[in-house]
Amino acid sequence: MRIDCKHVWQHISAYIENDVDPQLRADIDRHLETCEICSAVLDSTRNVVILMADDRVFELPAGFSERLHARIDRELEKAEDPNP
Amino acid sequence: MTATAPEFDADCIRRILAGEKHLFHELIRPCERAIYFLLFSLLKNEAEAEDVAQETAIKVYQNLGKFRGDSQFRTWVLSIARNEGLGRLRKISNRREDSLDAETDEQTGDYTPAILTSWREIPAEALEQKELGNVLRKAIEGLPEIYRNVVLLRDIEEMDIRESAAVLKISEASVKVRLHRARALLQRELAPQLKGFAPAKRRWFGGRA
Repeated sequence: MRIDCKHVWQHISAYIENDVDPQLRADIDRHLETCEICSAVLDSTRNVVILMADDRVFELPAGFSERLHARIDRELEKAEDPNP
Repeated sequence: MTATAPEFDADCIRRILAGEKHLFHELIRPCERAIYFLLFSLLKNEAEAEDVAQETAIKVYQNLGKFRGDSQFRTWVLSIARNEGLGRLRKISNRREDSLDAETDEQTGDYTPAILTSWREIPAEALEQKELGNVLRKAIEGLPEIYRNVVLLRDIEEMDIRESAAVLKISEASVKVRLHRARALLQRELAPQLKGFAPAKRRWFGGRA
């Protein structure tokens, strides 16, 4: 089936998730072969998704983990103290 | 982030409850990143997110005996984090415009993507540039809360749809709809800004699917 660009855009996220049925996937693939615009939209969306998963983009604040575990230690000590 | 094996979690919890309390550090460690970013996505403030992350860890510890193992440990932890975060939000007086209750999202709606053929690939070096991270974080922070959460869990912490739905207490279908909207909004926002990063010479990224 021939599908148009809007139709492709509606399914971009599911397509990236590999969550479209095989027929729709084939239709989208066929569309992408000839549509430069949709290929670019797909690539840029996918790149956004890939970038977000990169740990370098989202880093914990410096010292977060140390402070968290120090706080946990205080709680553990408190719990162990028979006369808090 | 990868979830630890349920058997490891279950064994660890048993031992902690039996007195090996120090093991709690190892139990919570794989979850701490997700706890923080989930809270940051709710509270949009580093100090608040860190503070509530600590409270979450303590609450998890104090309630460890109540974990029944009918979900993944991480899912349970993140549900607690979300509740703690929502509680903090209610306390914060200067509520943001994107009220938690006011939004509905169940229309898929048409959207027009940013149509740019020049931003196809991102060079690896661009990631090293602080600016790229800033642009991305700002775009995500600018999303309405319901989309920000889903993006955080699914795309930043790479949880599956089912676990994301369990943490947020919404249906899997809603996760998919929100994810689609969020990614579309991000693409539209980011593609024009990021095209400067793209010398478009080779296909650097493979698909994740």
